[in-house]
Amino acid sequence: MSIVEPYTGWFNIDIKGVWKYKDLIKLFVRRTFVAQYKQTILGPAWAIVQPFLTTVVYSLFFGNIAGLGAAGVPNFVFYLSGTIIWTLFANCLNSSANAFISNARILGKVYFPRLVMPISSSISQLISFGIQFLFLCGFLVYYSVTGVINVNQYFFMFPLAVLQALILGFGFGTILSSLTTKYRDLAMLVSFGLELWKFASPVAYDMFGRLSLAPGGKYYSFYMLNPVTPLINLFRYGTLGCGAVDWNYYFISWGETLVILFIGIVLFSRVEKTFMDTI
Amino acid sequence: MDRILKVENVAKEYRLGTIGGATLRGELQAWWAKKRHLENPNVKIGAKQPMDGREKFLALDDVSFELNRGEALGIIGHNGAGKSTLLKLISRITAPTKGRIYLNGTIASMLEVGTGFHPELTGKENIYLNGAILGMTEAEVSKKFEQIVEFSELSKFIDTPVKRYSSGMYVKLAFSVAAHLNSDIMIMDEVLAVGDVDFQKKCLGRMGEAASSENRTVLYVSHNISTIRSLCTKCLVLDHGHVSYLGDVETGIAKYLGIMNEASATDFDFSEKTRRIDTRTTSGVKMISAHLNNKDNNIYSTGDAIDFMLVIQSSKEINPVNISIVNQYVDGVRIGGSISNNLVLYVGENHIHILFPTDNIPDGIYSLEIHVNSMDEDGLNSRLDSVKFAIPYSIQNRVGVYGKDWQHNVYGHSMYRPLVVENVSHKA
Repeated sequence: MSIVEPYTGWFNIDIKGVWKYKDLIKLFVRRTFVAQYKQTILGPAWAIVQPFLTTVVYSLFFGNIAGLGAAGVPNFVFYLSGTIIWTLFANCLNSSANAFISNARILGKVYFPRLVMPISSSISQLISFGIQFLFLCGFLVYYSVTGVINVNQYFFMFPLAVLQALILGFGFGTILSSLTTKYRDLAMLVSFGLELWKFASPVAYDMFGRLSLAPGGKYYSFYMLNPVTPLINLFRYGTLGCGAVDWNYYFISWGETLVILFIGIVLFSRVEKTFMDTI
Repeated sequence: MDRILKVENVAKEYRLGTIGGATLRGELQAWWAKKRHLENPNVKIGAKQPMDGREKFLALDDVSFELNRGEALGIIGHNGAGKSTLLKLISRITAPTKGRIYLNGTIASMLEVGTGFHPELTGKENIYLNGAILGMTEAEVSKKFEQIVEFSELSKFIDTPVKRYSSGMYVKLAFSVAAHLNSDIMIMDEVLAVGDVDFQKKCLGRMGEAASSENRTVLYVSHNISTIRSLCTKCLVLDHGHVSYLGDVETGIAKYLGIMNEASATDFDFSEKTRRIDTRTTSGVKMISAHLNNKDNNIYSTGDAIDFMLVIQSSKEINPVNISIVNQYVDGVRIGGSISNNLVLYVGENHIHILFPTDNIPDGIYSLEIHVNSMDEDGLNSRLDSVKFAIPYSIQNRVGVYGKDWQHNVYGHSMYRPLVVENVSHKA
């Protein structure tokens, strides 16, 4: 027996309903993936093109010219690893933030738990990430065999970093999408804000080579509060053996991530029932 | 009896006008201007303040009913009566403002044909996707897959992307998925209006079967009286957001036609009727009532003139004005209209004699919408007053030649006559 009511409390989240629609999530993910690469020659290889070109540009300008890369690690893999994990986070955030507006038509015609939409669009991002990650692994194998980098046991913690990027992006995206059902302004800020955020995270430079950002530096503790930083550090440390993981800040970042996820879901549950009237 | 749906005192309120300033910036500007007692910079100069979202519109008001398993409910009412809003609430697309809806089963709603179809995916992929959107698991779709494909008559094209489909094929595929869902409640909003006639019949048959032999509950909205009649076991008539009748189908249809028809009435009071006019303008002109001359009902034969006296109250003398009349079919479709010669309105009550010709109007139920217009200096018409559904009437021809039992869905809403047909020669 289900009841449709005008108002529900703050914590009315239909997790069971979402689970019941897991097949739909799967099919939405598949739809996004298949539809994206139909009638293209390169197909899924396109997933590599963008991070590859970004990495080339970063290695050239930030790495070779400005000298911001990590010592002892080839610039290309350093920037590739940072770019793909950042891209995963940013894409999750973006697609979750737009999940309702871009699917308003279907949401206005049929009911399914609304959380299905941002969840499936976040998971869709995992597919391109997977392809990019395999691409990265190819380089890692080459560089470890030649002894240039030191892939260590922390490599196997990469799923944690991926999971955190996913949850963080989803959480922020859901907060934004809950707020943007009425005002679209925030949506305009998202891509710009992400661009700034990227420079507040160790994507385009090595934080351990910067005196003020490295452990003991005057901005270190502040800088590490950015929840993306510890997860990038973990990812880079595991894959390339460069930098370090500060476990205190790592756990703090998980705390932040879960708080953001919680806020996102609560805000979302507030607008879920009637956002079709305002979207 | 197994109760499956209970709607309890449900109301849905919408705010009129734009909700918010569309952007935060626009709203902040408006707020800042108001603070300084200036005009809102986002409003055209001279225009009235936009509706600020505080004006409310009740799309549904205090609607209650119950449904048992296996019943098929037809929901009828003219445009804007709240039919689609009711279906949206029951299918949980949006929440009611007041009241509660109890659902004791799963719902499949088809408010639109092919919701979520992706043009790049094949028919097969879309069946799975659409089934999942409507609440089925992949395994359930697989079990029904053969049946769905067979019903859709599209087995040859099932591996083709649906962007290559014709619109008819698209509809067939979409309906087939929805018709084979395992839901307890099936909600349909006039989806059968599309697709060819044969397929429409097949769909109706399928829905009837779902209700009678599979014991599923059907909620069906349509303007098409004959499909309601053939499919439904119960009828809900909505009028301006209120339930005006709930019960058996024939009485419901009669009641619905009554809303439009005010059967055998000859006097029409306009005070309760919808006016299509900005009520904030004060033209000083108001249509009060109409009276049919020399009649004891409002039933005509094709070719009769609708002879009536229109009473218009005017607070000033206006010269010239004209009267225009729009003829509407029972479902609200505008069929045609007519504009009168110029006349003068005097201060006080004006009794105006009007003859509206029905030469091209076949059997059916219609209503006249009446406008009073004046000509401004530029020669443009401006509307002084306007009454919707002002005079409902029906055309019932006794002889078969001139459009008795006219099929409106085949021939449209007007009739040309006389059609001259002659067999001028023949060979053995």
